[in-house]
Amino acid sequence: MELLMQQLFNGLTIGSVYALVALGLTLVYGILHIPNFAHGALYMVGGYITLIMMTEAGLHYILAMVVSICVVGLLSVLMERLVFYPLRHSPPIQDKVAAIGILLFLEALAQFIWGADYRQMSTPFGQVVEVFGLTLTLQRILIVFAAIAVMILLYWFLKKTFTGRTIIAMAQNREGAQLVGINTHKVAILTFFIAGALAAIGASLTSPINLVFPGMGHLVILKAFVIIIIGGMGSIPGAILGGYILGFTESLGATYLSADYKDIIAFVLLILILSIKPQGIFSKGGV
Amino acid sequence: MNVLTNKKVIISLLIVLGIVFPFIIPNLYYLHIMTLAFIWTIAVYGLNLLAGYTGYLSLAHGGFFAIGAYVIGILTVKLEMGFWLSFLLAPLVTMFIGLIIGLFALRTKEHFFAIYTLCVGYIIYLVIDKWEGLTGGVRGLIGIPLPEAIGPITFQSPTAQYYLAFFIFLLVVAVIYRIVHSLTGRTFIAIRNSEDLALSLGISTKRNKLLAFVLSTFFAGLAGAMYAGFIRFIGPEIAYTTITFDLLTYMIVGGIGTFAGPIVGTFLIVIISQNLQFLQDYRMLIFGPLLTLLIIFSPRGIVGFIQMQLYQRKRKKQESLAYKNREEETNAGG
Amino acid sequence: MLEVKGLTKRFGGNVAVKSVDYSVQQGKINAIIGPNGAGKSTFFNLITGVHEPTEGTIIYKNEEITRQPANVIAKLGVARTFQSTHLFEMSTVKDNVIVGHRLRTKSNLFDSIFRTRRLKEEEQQCIAKAEESLDFVGLSHVSDQLVTNISQEEKKRVAFALALATDPEIVFLDEPTAGVNPDETDEMAKLIQKMADKGLTICLIEHKMPMIMQLAHHIMVLNYGEKIAEGTPAEIQKNEEVIKAYLGGTVSA
Ligand SMILES: Nc1ncnc2c1ncn2[C@@H]1O[C@H](COP(=O)(O)OP(=O)(O)O)[C@@H](O)[C@H]1O
Ligand SMILES: [Mg+2]
Repeated sequence: MELLMQQLFNGLTIGSVYALVALGLTLVYGILHIPNFAHGALYMVGGYITLIMMTEAGLHYILAMVVSICVVGLLSVLMERLVFYPLRHSPPIQDKVAAIGILLFLEALAQFIWGADYRQMSTPFGQVVEVFGLTLTLQRILIVFAAIAVMILLYWFLKKTFTGRTIIAMAQNREGAQLVGINTHKVAILTFFIAGALAAIGASLTSPINLVFPGMGHLVILKAFVIIIIGGMGSIPGAILGGYILGFTESLGATYLSADYKDIIAFVLLILILSIKPQGIFSKGGV
Repeated sequence: MNVLTNKKVIISLLIVLGIVFPFIIPNLYYLHIMTLAFIWTIAVYGLNLLAGYTGYLSLAHGGFFAIGAYVIGILTVKLEMGFWLSFLLAPLVTMFIGLIIGLFALRTKEHFFAIYTLCVGYIIYLVIDKWEGLTGGVRGLIGIPLPEAIGPITFQSPTAQYYLAFFIFLLVVAVIYRIVHSLTGRTFIAIRNSEDLALSLGISTKRNKLLAFVLSTFFAGLAGAMYAGFIRFIGPEIAYTTITFDLLTYMIVGGIGTFAGPIVGTFLIVIISQNLQFLQDYRMLIFGPLLTLLIIFSPRGIVGFIQMQLYQRKRKKQESLAYKNREEETNAGG
Repeated sequence: MLEVKGLTKRFGGNVAVKSVDYSVQQGKINAIIGPNGAGKSTFFNLITGVHEPTEGTIIYKNEEITRQPANVIAKLGVARTFQSTHLFEMSTVKDNVIVGHRLRTKSNLFDSIFRTRRLKEEEQQCIAKAEESLDFVGLSHVSDQLVTNISQEEKKRVAFALALATDPEIVFLDEPTAGVNPDETDEMAKLIQKMADKGLTICLIEHKMPMIMQLAHHIMVLNYGEKIAEGTPAEIQKNEEVIKAYLGGTVSA
């Protein structure tokens, strides 16, 4: 029972991070209509910036994270302006290749600047606490609460502000949005900034309990793809729900099935789903 | 006609260059690099057949490459089968696995297909990495034997291995040439162009997509088997996405959907990388942006760019010729 | 020759085609008109197998083809063009059209790799067919140009040639003159007439009324997915409901 509770809490922690990354990806999908393979690289850069700000600039963890959010958000916007925007009328295969090019570049750059070793990130929230008989680190509790806070904030922004609603409108129908006079440039830039920021938050939160290295984005981004396919491409509640479902499945799978193969769960899930429903679960095909 | 003879001259020159290479540059290291380049090119041709000609970007290609390598590795090392028989079986087994996966993967399209195959690639990697009993896990497989002698021909020396790879390479290029320049190739191109249109022209897109997919895995498996036979040691890293992305880079730089693209891209990058040794780990600092820039400014790579230039020059010539003729006519009339 | 009964297509809650009965008159020019979004293209897509009908049957030459895939229907002699052309721009006009005859050939991968006699013969056959079709639509002079360098109207003609290369008995043309200027529209009308004179059955979606009234033998009118009228051009012109639909709805003629 205690093991189960422990694993459920782990699932909640991992799921929170997955949900943040998947949220960014799903928002960008709404704009681009292609999967942004470079999103994993943003996540990785987010981890490094926070780490470097702490070790080199001596900033506090939280401050470092703020810097990281800004840097990665801007990087994400830059990507949209320089690469995806010029390619907006090209066949989809070209956007994908371009995104892969960016991914490869950013990874090589990270390795060039910061080296290939796995690095540890310290955290001011390393204390161990007892909650309901469970032994938890404060960092894990922070991950869960911070992620949920960010999601609520994002949800409020998207639903209650005019700018937020235009993002949703555009994700659903770009041409329609243009017709009713939405400045699609501004919305695209904002969306990419938010997506980058979410990736940076996710990476910065999880780095103290994982590690920082150039390939740290690979598995996370791939799982985020799985999540948004499960949750429906472009769907915000879907990304959140999918993130937690995958988080729980993985932490339970690692305990009760096989720790070696826990990373496979997501991919097998995706392959099963797409083999049965090639257009994803929530496709709007003909009846 | 001029262009045709030119083409023939160029091809013959390249073949002669391939044959005399070990004599003019008797450097074992360069021989090694060239041999590897032949092997990579074969894998890239497989990818180009599917992504370039049929329009389906598979991100599992490195995985199939690894399957080819591991099949020959397991058959020779674990089951102690002969090299040639294993070498024959490797691409066939890869192709069979490709067939099964293709049946499901090809029900998806575009980005779903890309993500699906990316996941397939990852699963292949994880299975190779974790299934120690079969694949040796992270330690990999050591001691893949040399090809047995065929009559008087032995394959001990690097030069002999170079010629073997060169021979298979030429064979593959010839086969690919015939495929893409035949009705089969035209069918693939029609599918890439528009699946709806292809269907309305009576083409079974399902069957032909599967054919392209299976062929692409065959060439990936073949290249993998050659790699294993040449390096004689394989580890799980050959199944990692890095290989897929390398192959993709070779293809895009050379020219996706062009016939000469895979050769141009692979040899160019392999040779440049060798000359920028210090870059090895950081080569993507250059090739990553190159990939992105090319896809924006010349989506069909170097070869596509050259083709366009040649075509435009030809067209200008024709136009000026037509103009001259018209002038002569009016002169004759007047 | 081709007959549909109770043909219905629902996309989610949206009924694009509602219980349409229709029969195509052999050897004639049949036209389908209606406001934008009336379900005309969807109607074509159902018959040519692009979409599966929700309900209803489609009979072609006494054979039910209702749920057959598009490629099988094409082989039976049903050709079509699309509202928007999707040709391969970076290839020549002729190369685009050659594949049109592929469905009448049998060469497989083996033939391609070993360049068998069958492949060579069939390739010649496809090339000859492409040249013949391009000649028919009046494009022989641009057959070696890249598609990207020819005009919009010429691209429409290439799409015609492609459809003709399949050796069809019936051709479905979805707005063949959209985006084509008035002079060229007349030329296209002549081409459609020429196809009919050759004995082909034509089924045509068009918005340009004068052209339809002059070309068509028989017209069906769709509105909100329903057939509201059919008959000769003269009958349609007088029909109250048609006038209402066109004046009340979006006029896109
Ligand atoms: N693939 C599709 N998925 C969902 N709805 C569709 C699809 N194709 C057409 N529709 C809908 O069906 C209706 C009829 O469209 P269409 O047949 O294109 O009309 P028309 O060709 O007469 O202008 C429209 O409301 C359109 O939105
Ligand atoms: Mg239409």
